[in-house]
Amino acid sequence: MSFAQTLRCRKCGQEYPLQPMNVCDFCLSPLEVSYDYQAMAKAISRDKLSQGPRSMWRYRDLLPAEDEEVDIGTGFTPLVKANNLGRELGLEQLYIKNDCLNPTYSFKDRPVSVAASKAREFGFDTLACASTGNLAASVAAHAAKAKMKAYVFVPADVEPGKLVGAAIYNPVLITVNGSYDDVNRLCAKVTQKYKLGFININLRPYYAEGSKTLGYEVAEQLGWRAPDCVVAPAASGLLFTRIWKALDELAMLRLIEPANTHMFVSQAAGSSPIVNAFEAGSHHVNPVVPSTIVKSIAIGNPTDGYYALRVARQSGGGACAVTDDEAITGMKLLAQSEGIFTEAAGGVVVSALKKLAATGAIKHQELTVAFITGAGPRTQDILASTVQPVATEPNLESLEKVLSLPGQTDTKGYANKDRGD
Amino acid sequence: MAKRQVMFTFPPELVREPIIYNLSLQFKVVTNIRRADISEDKGWVVLELEGDEKDIERSIAWLTQKGIRVDPATGDVVEG
Ligand SMILES: Cc1ncc(COP(=O)(O)O)c(C=O)c1O
Ligand SMILES: [Zn+2]
Repeated sequence: MSFAQTLRCRKCGQEYPLQPMNVCDFCLSPLEVSYDYQAMAKAISRDKLSQGPRSMWRYRDLLPAEDEEVDIGTGFTPLVKANNLGRELGLEQLYIKNDCLNPTYSFKDRPVSVAASKAREFGFDTLACASTGNLAASVAAHAAKAKMKAYVFVPADVEPGKLVGAAIYNPVLITVNGSYDDVNRLCAKVTQKYKLGFININLRPYYAEGSKTLGYEVAEQLGWRAPDCVVAPAASGLLFTRIWKALDELAMLRLIEPANTHMFVSQAAGSSPIVNAFEAGSHHVNPVVPSTIVKSIAIGNPTDGYYALRVARQSGGGACAVTDDEAITGMKLLAQSEGIFTEAAGGVVVSALKKLAATGAIKHQELTVAFITGAGPRTQDILASTVQPVATEPNLESLEKVLSLPGQTDTKGYANKDRGD
Repeated sequence: MAKRQVMFTFPPELVREPIIYNLSLQFKVVTNIRRADISEDKGWVVLELEGDEKDIERSIAWLTQKGIRVDPATGDVVEG
């Protein structure tokens, strides 16, 4: 049993029964799951939650799943106190939510786990999605676990590494000969015509709810409190809005003090419609044609852009875009200060964080959480130039030469050192 | 008959043209507007198109060629 009651239109408030459906019939705005929060409040407590499984499903009572979940071991990823990076950026209380450590190496396993569970409840035998890589891998993996079929659509120019990441789970992998816009159009038509559990189309309201677990986890890991500041990436803007919704719900359920978190959204400058709108003071997110190496968050027409914009404004947060070069610098900075290898989207977050700290938008004493949402190896092609190994012959002479070490003859000295005095 | 839910985004120079009116004159497509925001320098309209699949396709091609961006009404569906 869950506390989910209906799907509700975010714009006009129209309600619909829980079903595979993502836009309001009247105004064509996105639908969202609404809950019986009073009953939920009676059923949950900090104690009960903290005794749950060490996975995202410890928050089952706050999610819309009725039956047994499709779970590949997602969630409860580390929240790391980032002292080295914090010192470098002038932030005293900086934490990294390391969501690279999910089964398919990105936070996408969270929303997909919920959407796949609902797909099975609704009686679908096939999952589908349109993706630039991370989502495709996650959908294919969940389909494998649930013994469902999967059709994953990607643009034909996607990096080979991303194809492998999905193909290993043996979905029907479809490369679409065209731009992102063409994939979009095709998938919108496919959903209308065929009975598929399309993770990010007709199952989108459920998919959205899974991302909330990132917010719950962070609050619990901080000892049941909301951060002062959050920096997170946005593509469709869904993740960003759901972190906020999670904190808001926890406060409403009195599991934390009223959340006063400043929400900062980050995007790559080559695809930053939400940041553009924020900076222009506009209420409308004008679509753009993406041009950036940060492909996993290169969405020109973000579905939840308007809502992400509103969260950034209303929370007293902000928005920050960084160039491709800055994204790569951010990846290196995180790896070299905290030992965490993120993909380019995480590089965007780290570089945005750096700018926000430098301008004083985030103050040095504020408890700040940076959300690192995907692991590095999938976008390693963009780092090829950083690989400059020192090549040596297998003898000391050669090694000392290439490392320009002074030839060492006093072996006693080494022996002393080894004893650690 | 097919239905398609779409968003048109107009560049500034086309904001004053009666595009949607012309669209239904030229193609056998019924336009049903649900939400819109048009100002001096920009505009977008969310609407449902109804007609034969190929008429809808042709009308979208015509719009695109005029410089109007056409997206699925729910935004992009491709995700990272
Ligand atoms: C690694 C990574 N981070 C962040 C995002 C952004 O997610 P959202 O579409 O919810 O804004 C994506 C996917 O699009 C992603 O792959
Ligand atoms: Zn509505």
